[in-house]
Amino acid sequence: MVVGSVRRARTLMGARLALLTAGAVVLVLPFAYMLATSFKPNALVLQIPVRFLPDHPSTLNYTDAWTSNEFGHYFLNSVFVAIVTTAAAVLLSAMMAYPLARFRFPGRSLAFGLILVGLMVPGMMMLIPQFLLAKQLMLLNSLWGLIVFYTGANLALNTFLLRSFFMGIPHELEEAMVVDGGGPWTRFWRLILPLSRPALAVVAIFTFLASWDEFTWALTIINDPSKYTLPIAIALFQGQHTTSWGLVFAASVIAIGPVILIFAIFQRQFVAGITTGAVKA
Amino acid sequence: MRAAYLFLAPGFILFTLVILYPIVRAFEISLFNWSLVPGTASKFLGLHNYGRALHDPIFWRALVNTGFYMVVTVPGQIVLGLAVAVLLDARMPGRGVFRTIYYVPVVTSWVVVSLLFQYLFITDGGLVNWILHDNLHLVGHNINWLGARWTAMLSLSILGIWKGIGWAMVIFLAALQGVPVELKEAAAVDGAKAWARFRAVSLPAIWPVVAFVTVMLVIGSFNVFISVFLMTKGGPLDETQVLLTYMYRWAFSYLDFGYGSAISFILTLIVFVLALGQLRLFRRPSEATR
Repeated sequence: MVVGSVRRARTLMGARLALLTAGAVVLVLPFAYMLATSFKPNALVLQIPVRFLPDHPSTLNYTDAWTSNEFGHYFLNSVFVAIVTTAAAVLLSAMMAYPLARFRFPGRSLAFGLILVGLMVPGMMMLIPQFLLAKQLMLLNSLWGLIVFYTGANLALNTFLLRSFFMGIPHELEEAMVVDGGGPWTRFWRLILPLSRPALAVVAIFTFLASWDEFTWALTIINDPSKYTLPIAIALFQGQHTTSWGLVFAASVIAIGPVILIFAIFQRQFVAGITTGAVKA
Repeated sequence: MRAAYLFLAPGFILFTLVILYPIVRAFEISLFNWSLVPGTASKFLGLHNYGRALHDPIFWRALVNTGFYMVVTVPGQIVLGLAVAVLLDARMPGRGVFRTIYYVPVVTSWVVVSLLFQYLFITDGGLVNWILHDNLHLVGHNINWLGARWTAMLSLSILGIWKGIGWAMVIFLAALQGVPVELKEAAAVDGAKAWARFRAVSLPAIWPVVAFVTVMLVIGSFNVFISVFLMTKGGPLDETQVLLTYMYRWAFSYLDFGYGSAISFILTLIVFVLALGQLRLFRRPSEATR
């Protein structure tokens, strides 16, 4: 009987693995096809009948995309925007989260309530007034226009996540610093931030990817090709060269490379960040 | 105490300027025939732009299309995400690898996956038709997926599900791992069948999480934009417009900011009503009877 149940457990595990593998293949197949296509010389990209793998793989699309089609330049624009946004949004939201988590002051619930509003309202609803605002502030057609609005757009979620993390830091540690004469600014820099590295990593990763991938705002305020970020550069390139799929996908692989890398390295932080609020609430 | 305000101020000023102020402004703009020419006055129209939407057949079509997208993608992501989470909720080889693979579409940009799916759904020479027609012989001819309303909405929905399974899976898996092992084992000893056991033990335990995921996915589905914008552009002949592509068209192609704002404000109202309605619906039976 024991043997039977072991065998049954093995069969069940086999079925589990088979189902999961089938699902994984379906999920990965499009990416594999994209990768294969990016190595096909352009003339052969829409060949009939379909050939999944390139007959004569070549890296021509990559060198073309990076040099003659300026995707190297767009890559650097994206890097600049994403890094400055991440630094600004993490610092500002940590500063907002600290008093919301630790201080009692008039207006605290109001401030937190307004942050929740910002978290719930669909971002696209603000697109038109934000466009008018950017115009007034002379931020159209500028990478700073992206940075300022991306930073603002990431504050609500970051503050929300950091606040709940800060609330979990034992008060005794802070009180000990108060006894030693440490003011709020010292406590923030010397105690709260160093203890919150995991949470700071989560919000930094989220902010970086959100600004790296952002499309709609960039499409709306940027016209000048020298200011393109990768998402709009890829979409607009495809719109103009509707059959240059090999090049489009080479540029796409360049764009998602850093994302996959960051995800692979910080997987645990990712999961922690996504499930905060969902499972613990 | 002054310190609290000093900490809060820099971020909150920016947040007020670029988020809170535009929220209020969106409603204001929707009440006008907004003029983009500096110096000329915008004409106050009251709720006219909202009435205009209610009499606009393409607005209704966009609403129905958005609803279709929601009705297909939300259950699709929940059922498949939950199924994968249940399969992964065990000691097994390669678990981390599976979790990573299922999550990769979630972190990939909408632009890239939209263009990729546009390519997959090409009529002649696309991978989907190649598999269905040339290999499996399930269809007699190559289907023009993105060229007609419902096949296009279906293609867009398939992309939505494909991209979202991983997100639902990660949250469900974390919730399932929070269900006490003793509970699951006790039910196993009782000899309850797997499905009955899942319904009696795990599902009630993760019910609040199911509610959370549903609410978030419904909100997300109403915000569908980039995939439609890139794959069909709302066409052919506005057949596949969704609310946000239609809003974007009015605002940034026709420069009618008033009407565009009205459409996005209606969208926001719908999202709020749906979210509140679901939160009531999902209250646990024990709470509901109180």
